[in-house]
Amino acid sequence: MQMNDDRNGRPGAVIESPPLEVHDLTVSYSRRPVLWDIDFAVPTGKLIGIVGPNGAGKSTLIKAAMGLVPLASGHVNVFGGTLADNRNRVGYVPQRSSVDWDFPTNVLDVVLMGRYGRLGLFKRPRASDIEVAYESLRKVGMHEFARRQISQLSGGQQQRVFLARALAQDADLYLMDEPFVGVDAATETAIVELLRELRREGKTVLVVHHDLQTAPEYFDWILLLNLRLVAFGPLQEVFTDALLQHTYGGRLNVLSEVAELMKQQERKGRDPL
Amino acid sequence: MNDSPFLDFLLLRDLNVRVVVIGSILLGVGSAAIGCFALLRKRALVGDGVAHAVLPGVAIAYMVTGTKNTFALLIGATIAGWISMVVMDFISRRSRIREDAAIGIVLSVFFGLGILLVTHIQATGSSSQSGLDKFLFGQAASLVLNDVVVFGAVSVLLVVAIMLLFKDFKILSFDPEFTQTIGLPARGLSLVMTTLLVLAVVVGIQAVGVVLMAAMLITPAASARYWTDRLGIMLVLASAFGALSGVGGAFVSYVAPRMPTGPWIVMFATFFFVASLLFAPKRGVVARVVRHQLNRRRTLAENILKTMHMLGEDDGDVFAPRSESDIQARRRIPTVRLHLGLRRLQRDGYAVESKERHWRLTQEGARQGARVTRLHRLWEVYLTQYLQIAPDHVHEDAESIEHVLTPELEEELDRLLERPLADPHARAIPRR
Repeated sequence: MQMNDDRNGRPGAVIESPPLEVHDLTVSYSRRPVLWDIDFAVPTGKLIGIVGPNGAGKSTLIKAAMGLVPLASGHVNVFGGTLADNRNRVGYVPQRSSVDWDFPTNVLDVVLMGRYGRLGLFKRPRASDIEVAYESLRKVGMHEFARRQISQLSGGQQQRVFLARALAQDADLYLMDEPFVGVDAATETAIVELLRELRREGKTVLVVHHDLQTAPEYFDWILLLNLRLVAFGPLQEVFTDALLQHTYGGRLNVLSEVAELMKQQERKGRDPL
Repeated sequence: MNDSPFLDFLLLRDLNVRVVVIGSILLGVGSAAIGCFALLRKRALVGDGVAHAVLPGVAIAYMVTGTKNTFALLIGATIAGWISMVVMDFISRRSRIREDAAIGIVLSVFFGLGILLVTHIQATGSSSQSGLDKFLFGQAASLVLNDVVVFGAVSVLLVVAIMLLFKDFKILSFDPEFTQTIGLPARGLSLVMTTLLVLAVVVGIQAVGVVLMAAMLITPAASARYWTDRLGIMLVLASAFGALSGVGGAFVSYVAPRMPTGPWIVMFATFFFVASLLFAPKRGVVARVVRHQLNRRRTLAENILKTMHMLGEDDGDVFAPRSESDIQARRRIPTVRLHLGLRRLQRDGYAVESKERHWRLTQEGARQGARVTRLHRLWEVYLTQYLQIAPDHVHEDAESIEHVLTPELEEELDRLLERPLADPHARAIPRR
């Protein structure tokens, strides 16, 4: 892989193929725009917090980056290529509430799912995959729970299982959707430790985060989002009162009003329901 | 040799019986296995929609070919079932109508069209039209060798496909979005699963009919879920339930030929479901009730021991005999419950009835009484010290926690609180 060389490139300098590049991205849900013209390139080896108010499109942004929602316009590059070419280099941690935890399976099985992408269709996990899964569980402190039924886990344990599954993917870029929501203090510490470990290994991590209090403590870069990209850069430059005010304040009302108008226009036009 | 119809049936002496039994088993296995995934994907109703939607396909195939050749009708059914799935998917994805409503719309429109066509065929007086009725209500007893060959082929296809794609179907059912992000063909897998479901429905309706087909898909899967927390075992169990239901239905229609097979297959499947609902270990209703009862008994026993211990604290003699009204004066426990509880304590060696309705603790009983009292007071200390709860608000909580704390947690609490000597109400905490 020729892009691997770039990972050792100087941080902050112009990077030839960044882990994630988002170009003029616009996403709409039933014609109502939820993200407008998002454009940024992520540097290698940073912990990046995606911060913004409720309904700012934070989750939608990483879903769009993972190809889970259709793009109205724009495109996404991963390590200089398309997402399809680099699937194995991207790990995804969805919101814990996105699955049914009463599914008949155990912890080890869920973590092994992180290996399925490399295995491809039909092939069953091998001993080496199980080894990786155990190692991933150890990193989040859950190896003693490997045979536990997933329905018996607490919220924090569920979250750690999801993180272990992403670790088992052995990716270079991680996108995490609200991993800190509703977890206990022990899990919060475990996740922060894990994020720093990933950074030490030179991996790039984007985390959707809702808590302004802890954001400057956990992340070294911040992406401020509210329907559009407000600012993106190192913590000291971006996490300022003025920019936060801009993100959370009333300035953007015009934008959301226009979005609402477009939706209503659309509804009036064709949909009687 | 003998005239027992049961034995005749079991030995499959009659070729006709053999055909019906084998056909019903194959059917049960295939539809139950794919039904597990439909159930886990919360798409249980989709099977029902498809089952009803195949009817116009059958009718049109009959009108086009002019025969009731099973194979031709099945192709018609498959195409109609497939179209219905695509339409359901399209409606729920592209409009504001939700999936349950989309299923309802497709089900009723397709089924209505099917009934219309079948009625039309009947009205034109075609001689062999009676074959179409069998799709409406199912007629397993009329299965012939040819049908069973088709069933067998489809069932083998279903089972082999599920075995090969087991891990991929599992991840798709558990977390479809993640499946997509790791580069597995989520859409394609979903399409394959859908096709298998349509195939299972199409062969199944010949035995149980469109109306009852959903039961063949979902009931065995729902029954199996009660017994296990492993997907693989769930599939095997569901298949076994499906197969046994098939055999049961075939048997009833053998001993009572006027009985319809399909409804009986469903009756047997329902019987397995009710049995699972009631008697499955852990998840079953009976197991839950028993667990609840045992819990109540233990709580009562611990409360009596604690009360007797505290009476001992009051007058300094833990082993003094207490009358039942003494105990009730300290803690309100209904007379009958108290008496039964004490009798059980005597049986288990914690208390002895010294004279009529007077009881004293044994060594072990005193030890347990002290333990429950200790847990209660430790928890009160913890609540006041660590959670800053006022001392007059902690009693109720401790009443329930004292019955669930494990010895490990007790030790940890004790250590955390630096082995306190008194609770927030200045009563001594009994030490071991």
